[in-house]
Amino acid sequence: MTTRLFGEPVPRREDPRLLTGRGRYLDDLGAGALEAAFVRSPHAHARILDIDVSAAIEVEGLVAIYTWEDLPEEVGAPLPLLIPHPALTHGRTARPLARDVVRHVGEPVVMVVARDRYLAEDACALIRVDYEPAEAVVGVETATRSARLVHDDVPGNVGAHLVQEVPSAAGLGAREAIDAAPHTLSFRLDIERSASMPLEGRGVYARWDADDRSLRIYSSTQTSTSVRMAVAARLGLPLTKVEVIAPDVGGGFGVKIVHPWPEEVLVPWAAMLLGREVKWTEDRREHFVSSAHERAQVQHVRVGFDDAGRVLGLDVTILHDHGAYTPYGIIVPIITATQLPGPYRIGAYRVEFSSVYTNTVQVTPYRGAGRPQAAFCMERTMDRIAAHLGLDRTAVREANFIQPDEFPYDQGLTFQDGRPLIYDSGDYPESLRMLKELIGWDSFGELRARAAAEGRRLGIGLGCYVEGTGVGPYEGGHVQITSDGRVHVSTGLTSQGQGHETAFAQIAAAELGVPLERVSVVTGDTRRFGYAVGTFASRAAVMSGNAIALACRRVREKALRIAADALEADPGDLEIVDGEVRVAGTPGVAVPLATVAVLANPLRYAFDAEAARATQFAGTPSPDRPPVAEGEEPGLEGRDYYSPVRSTFASGMHAAIVETDPLTAEIRVLRYAVVHDCGNLVNPMIVEGQIHGGVAQGVGGALYERMVYDEHGQLLNASFMDFLMPYVTEVPRIETAHLRTPSPLNPLGIKGAGEAGVIPVSAVIASAVEDAEGIRIDRMPISPSELFDLRRAAG
Amino acid sequence: MTNIAVTLTVNGVVRRAEVPGRRLLSDCLRHDLGLTGTHVGCEHGVCGCCTVLLDGEPVRSCLTLAATADGHEITTVEGLAGPDGEPSPVQRAFAECHGLQCGFCTPGFLCTVTALLRDNPAPSEEEVLEGLSGNLCRCTGYQNIVRSVRRAAELIAGEDDGGPAGWPSGPVRTSGDAEDTGHAGPAGDAEGAGRAGIAGGATGERAGAEGA
Repeated sequence: MTTRLFGEPVPRREDPRLLTGRGRYLDDLGAGALEAAFVRSPHAHARILDIDVSAAIEVEGLVAIYTWEDLPEEVGAPLPLLIPHPALTHGRTARPLARDVVRHVGEPVVMVVARDRYLAEDACALIRVDYEPAEAVVGVETATRSARLVHDDVPGNVGAHLVQEVPSAAGLGAREAIDAAPHTLSFRLDIERSASMPLEGRGVYARWDADDRSLRIYSSTQTSTSVRMAVAARLGLPLTKVEVIAPDVGGGFGVKIVHPWPEEVLVPWAAMLLGREVKWTEDRREHFVSSAHERAQVQHVRVGFDDAGRVLGLDVTILHDHGAYTPYGIIVPIITATQLPGPYRIGAYRVEFSSVYTNTVQVTPYRGAGRPQAAFCMERTMDRIAAHLGLDRTAVREANFIQPDEFPYDQGLTFQDGRPLIYDSGDYPESLRMLKELIGWDSFGELRARAAAEGRRLGIGLGCYVEGTGVGPYEGGHVQITSDGRVHVSTGLTSQGQGHETAFAQIAAAELGVPLERVSVVTGDTRRFGYAVGTFASRAAVMSGNAIALACRRVREKALRIAADALEADPGDLEIVDGEVRVAGTPGVAVPLATVAVLANPLRYAFDAEAARATQFAGTPSPDRPPVAEGEEPGLEGRDYYSPVRSTFASGMHAAIVETDPLTAEIRVLRYAVVHDCGNLVNPMIVEGQIHGGVAQGVGGALYERMVYDEHGQLLNASFMDFLMPYVTEVPRIETAHLRTPSPLNPLGIKGAGEAGVIPVSAVIASAVEDAEGIRIDRMPISPSELFDLRRAAG
Repeated sequence: MTNIAVTLTVNGVVRRAEVPGRRLLSDCLRHDLGLTGTHVGCEHGVCGCCTVLLDGEPVRSCLTLAATADGHEITTVEGLAGPDGEPSPVQRAFAECHGLQCGFCTPGFLCTVTALLRDNPAPSEEEVLEGLSGNLCRCTGYQNIVRSVRRAAELIAGEDDGGPAGWPSGPVRTSGDAEDTGHAGPAGDAEGAGRAGIAGGATGERAGAEGA
């Protein structure tokens, strides 16, 4: 029998369940639970004058109506600011229900609980909220110029301001270096809003056990452990009386890392108060106006460079649209600011951002989390330098690459984890060589000429990025082998489709020498593992993967110790193969792990025949030693944690060939090529899938997706009819190749892969469209009508 | 509100429910009949997660009232496998080709593809794209869904390579290069030109399948 291990494209353990309708997503749970619905603000900025619920009282099946005034102080207080930062001088978060002011369309004002969702919405429709509308602040530049304030106590609407500066080797500041450079350019770039938009929205379902005084919460979250701590604290419950489970989750892409959402506080609170099960399932319009968006930035760039295109100084000023609140701190603009240098050695770098409040949905990480904007800025800069000097775009990048012998490479910045931004490994020149070969960069001219002869217009573009993955502080793993020989693995972080049950089982099977079929994995269930951070920042495989490997190594050592006793052998002579501990090179001398598990737990009571082997009259090895040896614990299990000193840095380069229609300005991506380096691959099939999905979201962000706010702060396209996510017909065929530079920082040598695909896509498409059209592209996404207008403006 | 008695034949079983006139078929299936495999992603008929087969034809159950389905036959994702639990060719193909990630859109795709291949067992690339073009997926970038459809067509045509029926267990074919190779065929030559000229969508063999 072959034990399928680390690095193999094994089919996913999740799939049989999910392909037969036996997945358990949030709204699949809680049959018979009461359901909640919310009255949400129709205004972007308004004062609440009065709330009249009288007409709603008569609705059949109504159970309760709550406004902010009904909430106990600790429940109604502003939600936590999850990631404080000294530069976030004016952090502001929403209350679970608005108290007196609403600051974006969709902010929750009243909670209704009824027998089912239809009836709860009936009641919502009858509740009258009297508002005094105020002028809305929409758009970052309006926000910084306007006298209108999103929060009365935040002057200039600026929540945070941060500068990081890395001088050149000669000690020059970026501005001095630019002034002294042979060539300089300055320009402005714009990126619009998009959103994670998982097909399953948010949701929470709570059960209060009044006898046990304990609370069980199911939430469609990316962090069950943190929801548990946040809700326990807010509801005044001992942590041990709260359990939180992330069931099957229908996609996250960042938005579900935010917590606790208003509903995650209110639904459990109502369940306790009512003594009934309560559930809330977000609908699509709610997701558009009440969860979170990302991406919008205005960037002002100044760059100085030499004749070879080497960047001598780079100075970037970013206006970051943070929406109405900052629950997730300033992580997104910090990532933009610090990941902007990408694979390049920048002479001197200065980056400054202002995080600005507007009367729009709050901004928190969406897959890529500030990096697509960073890559757009850096790669557009590289293309401009190439155009200015008349050099090939790949040559300018090559001139700036950090070289393979320069690792570890310190960018001199402080990363999103508060630690130095030091690249651990990579090979950027090789990555570019592979990309050029994959897309046919050097022969593209002939292709373009042939197409031009047919009246068709083609362009080629590329984009490079480096992605800090696997940020701390830690994750843990617990591994238990039971007396039936099964291996039970648990880790605290959560899953939203990444195939963790499969990838982590592969790691455990490989480490323990057991068949994959015997391993089962549980994630995101605080009953099984209470210490965790969550799934975000391309960290699950790096963090929990390594923690599980370390936990398995503990279990393996223990199994060898016990088996050595049983086999009267030296532990150093033993190996585990196919779930049996064997004396290496001595066929037939072996003990199954199931038996080792029995022996690991000395028993008084025999609950079955196998257990009888561990009872006290079954012949313990030595009556002079305690049954559980000093320093040991009963059971064949182990727990360990992985806490890296800093992040590991994956990288990649993408290229695309696009065709633009000379008449209609329609943009079609003909080919899309990806070279990706995430170190060692646990399951290449899953990694490929992650890249595919990222690229598709990137294509959406480059060509289709935007949040269209009018000047009153109304989101005009809050439906799938109008917010254009790519269908199969919009996503190009994606060609991939992998480079492997293992991370020296972790035992498995892996780097994160979850966000990679999305990061450079806007930069790549802009580069290719610019190449096809000969018109500068400096804002994304770009629609056919915008390209049409650009053509007209270019004359 | 007066309830309406409806009788549906769901996955071959006669089911009865008393529903308000406004009750959506999706809610009736999920919450009245307990068939939660059908998912609701947008409630306005765009995403396709809620697709079920009504008398064999794909419909959006979030845009269909339960009352209008009275007397009709419905197949949901729970009814696609064989009576002994053997996965259908479409289900097996999605597992073999990694045609799903979070799985939320998957039941809608499975129902859509089941009907597509029943009506057209050997669809062209264009017909596959057309057939899938009413369903949104946010995870996979559709690459492996397209492969899954082609693989399902092979399985239905009996072009199986002799592997055991049921869920795949051995290592499966990956969609791209698992190895450290960057070969996607001689791009830029005549073949490359042809591809760039006609591809344009998520069509054609995967690069990795060529390189492997």
